[in-house]
Amino acid sequence: MPKLTVNGREIEVPAGHTVLQACEALGVEIPRFCYHERLSIAGNCRMCLVHMEKSPKPIASCAMPAADGMVIRTDTPEIHKTRQGVMELLLINHPLDCPICDQGGECDLQDQALLYGFDRGRYRESRRAVKDKYWGPLIKTVMTRCIHCTRCIRFATEIAGVPDLGATGRGENMEVGMYVEKALNSELSGNLIDLCPVGALTSAPYAFACLSWELRKTESVDVLDAVGSNIRVDSRGPTVLRVLPRLNEDVNEEWISDKTRFACDGLRHRRLDQPWVRRSGKLEPATWPEAFAAVAQRLKSAKPDRVAAIAGDLADAESMFALKTWLATLGSPHLDCRQDGAKLDPACRAGYLFNTTIAGIERADACLLIGTNPRREAPIVNARLRKRWLMGGFAVAMIGEAADLTYRAEHLGPGAAELKAVAEARHPFAKTLAKARAPMLVVGQGPLVRPDGGAVLALARQIAESCGLIKVEGHWNGFNVLHTAAARVAGLDLGFVPGPNGRDAGAIVAGAGEGTIDILFLLGADEIDTGRLGSAFVVYIGHHGDKGAARADVILPGAAYTEKDATYVNTEGRVQRTRRAVFPPGEAREDWAIVRALAEACGVRLPFDRLADVRAQLASANPVFAALDTVQSAPWGAFGAPGEVGAAPFRSPVRDFYRTDAIGRASPTMAECAAVFSGNASGLTGTHG
Amino acid sequence: MLQDKDRIFTNIYGIADVGLAGARARGDWNGTQEILARGREAIVDAIKRSGLRGRGGAGFGTGMKWSFMPKEVGARPHFLVVNADEGEPGTCKDREILRHEPHKLIEGALIASFAVGAHASYCYVRGEFLREAEALQQAADEARAAGLIGPNACGSGWDFEFHIHLGAGAYICGEESALIESLEGRKGQPRLKPPFPANVGLYGCPTTVNNAESIAVAPTILRRGPEWFSAIGRPNNVGTKLFNISGHVNNPCTVEEEMGIPLKELIETHAGGVRGGWDNLLAVIPGGSSVPLIPKSICDTVRMDFDSLREVKSGLGTGALIVMDKSTDVIRAIARLSRFYKHESCGQCTPCREGTGWLARMMERMARGDASPGEIGVLEQVTRQVEGNTICALADAAAWPVQGLLRHFRPELERRIAEAQARKSGRAA
Repeated sequence: MPKLTVNGREIEVPAGHTVLQACEALGVEIPRFCYHERLSIAGNCRMCLVHMEKSPKPIASCAMPAADGMVIRTDTPEIHKTRQGVMELLLINHPLDCPICDQGGECDLQDQALLYGFDRGRYRESRRAVKDKYWGPLIKTVMTRCIHCTRCIRFATEIAGVPDLGATGRGENMEVGMYVEKALNSELSGNLIDLCPVGALTSAPYAFACLSWELRKTESVDVLDAVGSNIRVDSRGPTVLRVLPRLNEDVNEEWISDKTRFACDGLRHRRLDQPWVRRSGKLEPATWPEAFAAVAQRLKSAKPDRVAAIAGDLADAESMFALKTWLATLGSPHLDCRQDGAKLDPACRAGYLFNTTIAGIERADACLLIGTNPRREAPIVNARLRKRWLMGGFAVAMIGEAADLTYRAEHLGPGAAELKAVAEARHPFAKTLAKARAPMLVVGQGPLVRPDGGAVLALARQIAESCGLIKVEGHWNGFNVLHTAAARVAGLDLGFVPGPNGRDAGAIVAGAGEGTIDILFLLGADEIDTGRLGSAFVVYIGHHGDKGAARADVILPGAAYTEKDATYVNTEGRVQRTRRAVFPPGEAREDWAIVRALAEACGVRLPFDRLADVRAQLASANPVFAALDTVQSAPWGAFGAPGEVGAAPFRSPVRDFYRTDAIGRASPTMAECAAVFSGNASGLTGTHG
Repeated sequence: MLQDKDRIFTNIYGIADVGLAGARARGDWNGTQEILARGREAIVDAIKRSGLRGRGGAGFGTGMKWSFMPKEVGARPHFLVVNADEGEPGTCKDREILRHEPHKLIEGALIASFAVGAHASYCYVRGEFLREAEALQQAADEARAAGLIGPNACGSGWDFEFHIHLGAGAYICGEESALIESLEGRKGQPRLKPPFPANVGLYGCPTTVNNAESIAVAPTILRRGPEWFSAIGRPNNVGTKLFNISGHVNNPCTVEEEMGIPLKELIETHAGGVRGGWDNLLAVIPGGSSVPLIPKSICDTVRMDFDSLREVKSGLGTGALIVMDKSTDVIRAIARLSRFYKHESCGQCTPCREGTGWLARMMERMARGDASPGEIGVLEQVTRQVEGNTICALADAAAWPVQGLLRHFRPELERRIAEAQARKSGRAA
C-alpha cells in the first residue's frame, strides 16, 4: 500500500490507485473532464494536473499511479495558473451559449469555469464550428460544444460494447463521431448524455423542456424491466420530464437502459384518468361510485369459483397483496401473476430468483445462457456480464437464438437437444461449467413460458446440481432466472398464484372464453390474449389505455410507478420501493387503495386502512418484504417438472425492446426508437406507406 | 573536425555500392557473430560506456534505454522498434541511412534486438519514404539470403526477424508511443506514461524504441570499441553525428561530424558558408523545427552539441540546421512552423489541440502586423500555457520556436505591428 503526501497530509491508498483517487480520499477536489471512475483512463483533458516533487512538469493526476513517497501539491499558485491556462484553452473554441444549452446548470465546464475561468476572453480569432451529427432519436448532438474528452467513445467501446464511436481528424479538426453516420445502436446509449461533461450530447426528447434547477427530484426505482434500476425521477408540476440513474453498485452501478430513461414520456400519453363503465357495449365515463356499483352488482350474482384475477407486469406488491386478500375472502382460488404462463414454481424461491445477484456476476467464471438474450431482456445485466467478460477468464455459452450480446458467447444451438446434452454431461461445455470455480447459468423467460417450460426448468436445475453451480460452503448459487417483468418476483413471493384447484393465467383466460369464469380482475394485465375472454365481466385496474382497458367492462384508473409509493422485488429478490414523484392524473388513485375501496363497496372490509398496514401485513405474510434493498439468499430446493422438452428453438420473449409494456407502448420516443432500431428502417423505400 | 578514419557512415552519399557486397567491403557485417557472442550484458554495457545519446532529439542514453528492458524474457516477447519516421522539418539524416547505408541499420537492429532480448524488430519508416523503404527492403532481403538475419542470424544462434512498416505521413507518429499505436493499427496518438514502453509497449510487450541513427551507429561502436567513440567530441556529448544543413547556405548537405563542432565551422566547412557571407546570417534553427532559433550573435560561438545548445536555450534536437540569412522574414518563417504544428497536433490533449491553433493564427497575424502590441504578451503566455502540460512533447515543440522568436526578435514583431498600424492610419487619413 503506497503512502504519499498530498498538500502536506499523508495518506495510504491501495496499490493501483491513482494520485487523483488519493487526493479524493483526502477530500482534495481535483477538477477533471475526461476522467471517469468506470472508464479507462485517457488523461487528455489536462485539467487534473498537479505538482509532484522532483518532476519538472506538472503531472496528470488521473493517470499517474500513486507511488510510495510521492509528494503531491494541488494548491500551489503555479498549479492554479496551469489549470486556468487549460480552462482558457478549453473555452476558446467552446461556444458561450450556456443560456440556451440544455446542460446549463449541470455542466462540468460551467462549474469549473467558475473556479478557473477568466472573466474575459483573449481569443481574437474565429471560433471553430462543427457540424452536428445524427446519433439516433435519443441523443441530440451539438458538436461545436464538444471538448474532446472522449468519455462517450470510451463508454460506447468499453461498457456498451458497440465500437461505433471514434475520433476522426486530428488536432483542432478532431471530431467525435461515427465513420459512417448512423444511429448509435445500443440499449445503453442514453448514458452518454450523463457522461458528457458539456452540452455536446444532450437528451433529444428532453430538449429545451426545462431548466435543471426547476426540477423536483425524487429517488425511485425503475419497473420497466425486472432489474429494478435505481433512478431519479425529475418532474415539474404534474409532469415527469426525465429519468436519470441513481448510483447503486449492487444493481445498476450508474447506468440505466434507454427504456428506463426515455419511456417516461409514455406516462403523459393514453392515460386513464377517470373510471369508465361499459354500457350497452360502449365504454362511457363514470364516477367512482358508479364504477364500484357496477362491479358490486355483478359480483353479487357471481359464484366465488367463477371469479378470477390476473396481475400484470407493472403491478406493485401492495396492490397484488390487497387483491389476493380480497379474493381469498371471496373464496376464489383463481389468481395468477404469471400472465405469460411462465412455468415458475412459487414453492421454491431459489427456483425463480437471480440467485447469483447482479453484482455477483463479477465473481463468476463461466456462464450458460439458456433461451435468453440479456441484451434485450435486461441490458443492465448484460452490461455486467460484459464487464465480467472484459476482465478475462469468463467462458460464456448460449442456447437459443444466436445474438450479438456485445461479448463473445459460444452459440451451442437452438434449444432442447443442446440443453439435454449439457444436463447429461455429454456436451463439452458441461465440463467447462464443472471445472469452473464459480459457474452460473441464466434461464430466460422464453423457454419457461412454453408448455414444456417446467421441463426446461427441471433440466436447468439438473445442470445446476450436476455441474456444481450450487456450492453451499462457498456461498455460491449459480442458478439464475432472468425475469422481464418487474411485478413477477413480488407476485410469486406473496403468493399471487393459483390456490388449491385454482386456475393459472392460461386456464383463467380459457375459462373466460368458455364461460366458466364470470368476473375477471386485470391488475394492469395487458399481455394476455384479451380477444379470447368471451363474455366474462372484465374489471381493469391500471394506468394506461392499453389492450386490457380496451376489453374491460369497468375501468378503474390507477397510478403509474412514478405516482405511488410502492414495493417491487427485482429479479434478484431485492425488495425496493418507488417514491411518488407526481400525483396520478385526474381521478386516478393508488392501486391498493382502489382494491380496498372496491372491496368495501362490494361488502368486504379488507383489514388495512393505510399503506403502512398493507406493508406490515405483507411483511408478516412473507418476511422477505421486511428487508429493503438487500438480497436474502434463498435455500436450494426442488422445482421444475421433469418431462420432455419440445424441439422448437428457444426464443427470447422480448421482440421489441423498446415497447414491452403499456408505458413503452404509449411513448412516442419508444415508438421512434422501435422504428429506427428494432424495425427494419433500412428496408424502407421512402415511398412506403 | 572529424577525420575520415573516424567516419561511421562512409557511404552516406551513396557513391559506392549500397548493396551487401559494398557494405561488407566497408566493414559492415564484419564480426557480427563475435559481437553477439559477447552476450547481452556486455553489449549493453559497451553502448553505455560509449556515451551514445539517442539521435532522435531527446538525447537519452541509448545504453541506458536498453538496460531498462526486463533482464529475462517472460511470457511476453520483447520487441525492438526502429524509428525511421523522420518527419521533423529540416531533417533528412535517417533518409540517407535508409537509402545508402541500409546494412548498418539492419545490422544495428540485429545487435540491438539481441541486446534487449527481442527476436523481432519493426522498422517504422515515414510514409513518404517509399523508395527508401524499398532500398531497405532490398537490403533486408540480401541480408536474409546471406543468412545474416532470419533464423540463426549470422550463425549466432539468435533468431531475428526484421519487418518494415510504412507510416501514413503523420508527424506525431514519430513520437515513440504514438508510433507504437500506429504500428498496432490504431490512430497515432501518444500514450500515457507510465507505463513506459520498456514495460508495456508494442502489443503490450516490453519494447525499446530507438532512432534509426542510434541503431545504425551501434555496430561500428561495438566493433571499434566504446573508448574510440567516446574519445570523439566533448564530455557527455560524444561521438559523431549526422548533421543536415539546409536553408540559405551555398551548399546544403548532410554530413557526419563530431559532436561539439562549432556551428560556424560546420556551416563554413561543409555547407560552403552562408549565402552572402557569414555577416549576412540572421539566425539558425539548430536542431530541426522544434527547437528555438538562435540569432547570429550566438551562432558565432556556439558548439553543436546537446549541452552547449541547451545553455543558449535552444537544443540539438535532430541536428538539422535551418539557416536563415537576412533576407528572411523571420516572423513568417516561424508562423509557417506554427501552422505545421497546428496541422500535426493529434488533438488528444486540450492545450495542444486548442493552443497550436491559437498560436498559428496569432503568428499569422503577427506576420502581417495585424495585431496590437499587447498581444505579443498574450502570445508569450499562450506558449507557456501550452508547454509542458500535455502527454507528449509536440506541444512543447510548437511553443519553443515561438518562444525563441520572442526571445530574440521581439523588436522585429513590434516594428511589424507599428508599421502595419501606420499604414492603416495612413490609409484612413
